Amino acid sequence: MRRLAFIIPVVLFLMVAAALGLGLRRDPSILPSMLIDRPIPTFDLPGLTPEDTVGLASSDFTGKPVLLNVFASWCVACVIEHPMLLRLQAQGVTIHGLDWKDEPAAGAEWLAQRGNPYTLIGSDPRGRTGIDFGVTGAPETFVIDGHGRVRYRHVGPITPEVWTEILQPMMDRLETET
Amino acid sequence: MSAEIGQLALILAFMLGLIQGAAPLLGAHRGDSVLMSLGRASALLQMAFVVLAFGALATAYVTMDFSVELVARHSHSTQPLPYRFAATWGSHEGSMLLWVLILALHGGAIAFFGRTLRETLQARVLAVQGMLSAAFLGFCLFTSNPFSRLSPIPLDGTELNPLLQDPGLVMHPPLLYLGYVGFSVAFSFAVAALIEGRVDAAWARWVRPWVLSAWISLTVGIALGSWWAYYELGWGGWWFWDPVENASLMPWLMGTALLHSALVLEKRGALISWTILLAILTFSLSMIGTFLVRSGVLTSVHAFAVDPERGAYILVFILIATGSALGLYAWRAPAMRTGALFSPLSREAGITLNNLFLLAATATVFLGTFYPVFIDVLSGDKISVGPPYYALTFAPLFVPLLALVAFGPMLNWKRDTVRAVLTRLRWPIIVTAVAAVIGVVVFGIADVGAALGIALGVWLIAAAFMLLARRWGIGRKGAETGRLIRTTPLAFWAVAVAHAGLGVTTIGVTAITAWTDSEVVTMVPGQTVEFAGRRITLDALGPATGPNYRADQARFRVEGRGQPFLMLSEKRFYPSSQTQTTEAGIRGEAMGNLYISVGESATLGAATVRLWWHPLVGWIWGGALIMALGGVLSLSDRRTRLAMPARKAAQARAAEAAA
Amino acid sequence: MRRFVLGLFCALLIAGPVAAVLPEEQLADPVLEARARAISQELRCVVCQNQSIDDSDAPLAADLRAIVRERLSAGDTDEEVMAHIVARYGNFVLLKPPLDLQTILLWSAPLLVLIPGGLGLALYLRRRSRAGAADPTPLSAEERRALAAILKTGDAP
Repeated sequence: MRRLAFIIPVVLFLMVAAALGLGLRRDPSILPSMLIDRPIPTFDLPGLTPEDTVGLASSDFTGKPVLLNVFASWCVACVIEHPMLLRLQAQGVTIHGLDWKDEPAAGAEWLAQRGNPYTLIGSDPRGRTGIDFGVTGAPETFVIDGHGRVRYRHVGPITPEVWTEILQPMMDRLETET
Repeated sequence: MSAEIGQLALILAFMLGLIQGAAPLLGAHRGDSVLMSLGRASALLQMAFVVLAFGALATAYVTMDFSVELVARHSHSTQPLPYRFAATWGSHEGSMLLWVLILALHGGAIAFFGRTLRETLQARVLAVQGMLSAAFLGFCLFTSNPFSRLSPIPLDGTELNPLLQDPGLVMHPPLLYLGYVGFSVAFSFAVAALIEGRVDAAWARWVRPWVLSAWISLTVGIALGSWWAYYELGWGGWWFWDPVENASLMPWLMGTALLHSALVLEKRGALISWTILLAILTFSLSMIGTFLVRSGVLTSVHAFAVDPERGAYILVFILIATGSALGLYAWRAPAMRTGALFSPLSREAGITLNNLFLLAATATVFLGTFYPVFIDVLSGDKISVGPPYYALTFAPLFVPLLALVAFGPMLNWKRDTVRAVLTRLRWPIIVTAVAAVIGVVVFGIADVGAALGIALGVWLIAAAFMLLARRWGIGRKGAETGRLIRTTPLAFWAVAVAHAGLGVTTIGVTAITAWTDSEVVTMVPGQTVEFAGRRITLDALGPATGPNYRADQARFRVEGRGQPFLMLSEKRFYPSSQTQTTEAGIRGEAMGNLYISVGESATLGAATVRLWWHPLVGWIWGGALIMALGGVLSLSDRRTRLAMPARKAAQARAAEAAA
Repeated sequence: MRRFVLGLFCALLIAGPVAAVLPEEQLADPVLEARARAISQELRCVVCQNQSIDDSDAPLAADLRAIVRERLSAGDTDEEVMAHIVARYGNFVLLKPPLDLQTILLWSAPLLVLIPGGLGLALYLRRRSRAGAADPTPLSAEERRALAAILKTGDAP
């Protein structure tokens, strides 16, 4: 019994060390989305230019799975991601854009220079729609199914690996679901 | 050239560490004096080589040798000389080298001063120290080599992070490391004692000065870091419960417990296995702190070199070091002597209770710091543990602890009675009660918590005075107070001073928590605001330049409550690293600090001005320094010094030579 | 690498002019403003990870401060405001983690040490003192005679 008390420290320590070892493999800066498997928040945003009268609304997310990409003209990593988005558009993937915390004119100018990969674009200069989505920065990409539910969120630029390993299989699966 | 010398010295030191880790252990086992002396020799040589390596890196920094990658990354030709030198430990690699340097110095000191130790004990202590050295040197060489060269050689370097270019921060890491690494000596002694299977008073007499010196450095280091955060981060906080701050607080709390239990062991021969456990835990927490800062398991405002690979190395190392030490403890400690007896009301019992509270406080900080990692591993959820958690858990633990502190030195060793203790403490009790009543009357019932906090500080200080008053025979008829004051041993002063310092800090913390006043306004030059009973005018807003930065400077005139004075508050921009820093304007007064920081404003020609009144904030750090002074007094006491028996041995040898 | 960049990003953010609550953000009603400050101090900034939104200079923190004030002005209770933010960013934003099954261990940390530790200490002290207080073995008749002899002569027998 008395001996047992002396074993407690080493047992506790080994438990802590094991947890820390597993913790090393996790990135503390990545936050899970609160919206997984839940309907997207309700919103109705105008387009970037006066000519774009359609904009983007939550009602646009029905029928088939799409990507919602959060971007902004001030966002450095978005520049890196952009060619990938254009390539995906060419492959026939539907991507809607959310120009987050950005002047609509600046966003329009940015797209005019680099090409527009988006089917529909919503302008969110005050950032409130983004915050309703739980966006922490740009770029972020949401996978939204045909019923208007968020299925996945990717933080940071979409790289070819992210697309082929995570997003594409998921989109294919959702496609067969609907 | 110096980089190659440094590299070579580091490799040699690493090899010597391996020898030191093995030879004396084997020697002690076989009773082979030659092998044991090999441990001493390699510790001293290793120290010389690490000093050489550190010198080589410092030289590269001071002479701006940008061919060394580390120098190029953390130094710039416009950086002032003191900061070029301090940049030596401003990076991950450099700070690990500093860590290794301090470790080697401690190893050398044990080899040099420890000649009067029992030979096998010294050999085993040196062996454990050697293993630690080898592991950290290996970490430097294999994962964080400070001496790698760059090609092509850049014309100039990237500056040291301007936040670190600050007198407070130049001294912060060395002090902190003296603390962390100093505890390694206690660890090595503990492991050696477990191997030997015995602990005696000589063991405790040896360990206590090392623990004390580490504790003093850590106390000052933490205070300095807190002070730096206060004036440099620009929003006047002095403690954020950030993981990195917690990493330094945990060994401090545990080290404080160790300091007291080692005292019981030395004076009374009790708490043997407990002291050994604390010695292992204290240094382990120091190592976990290093792991935390460098592994990236947690995000922190002080993010260092965040690298999971390095984290894995340190973690494996901690697993081996602490795991085997605690395993050895589980195996050997039950068989150890249980020590002297004491009654439930005695100084021994009081200190044991204090240890329990310190352990609980450490556990609270530990869980608060690492819980998000545990939850992430177990369920993938992300949670946060911030200041409100500590306010609800740590604070309630510390209040009874502080109340108990006053009792400790008033209790007799071995046994005491409640009545006698209360009689001895009657004056402090009366003074504290009066302070509490006055506090409630003056500050009102709404601030009753604050009034009690102040009373708690008063209690500690009053009890410390009472301690001295009793020793001096004040109020006792026929006592020769003058002689008694002169003959009061330093160790006695040490207790009173350290505990009074804790009281001063308590009052500071209470005041700033309860009565901080703040305001934020947009000001244009010429505008005046009323704040904290003063009239503060923004005199001018304009550019200024420093050696390696440009600044937007705001000049304020402050009137009311005594002589008017000027205050400067700057926002600095360091072009070579493209970094901004805030240099808040701080006016320190006895009753508190006036703190002004200036930010950008949406309005042209105006500034966003943040004003703070921080009552008694200086007492927080003042109290910590007084505590450290208490430690220094204890360390300078003749009896403590005699415990480092080198002097005595030297005298004996001198006498022998003379005869 | 990405973590390093994030760390650097955070370092730069805190290094910048720390503004936090701006004059133009404040509510006119001092009671509501005080509630807003109190709530903001318990919400963690999600971009720069170890600051409350009250302390943080990040733009997203400013947006969240504004939302807190809007909800308060709209008549929400403190709990409703917190829930509004948690619904978007999760429990991660709560600097004071809620008490639930997951955090029970965390919140009971002080008691987890104090209760078993206190019990252990009590047992230990009882053992220490009982051993000390145990009656010494009484002297035998012979020993008593020897003692008396010593006391009388002041010398050993």
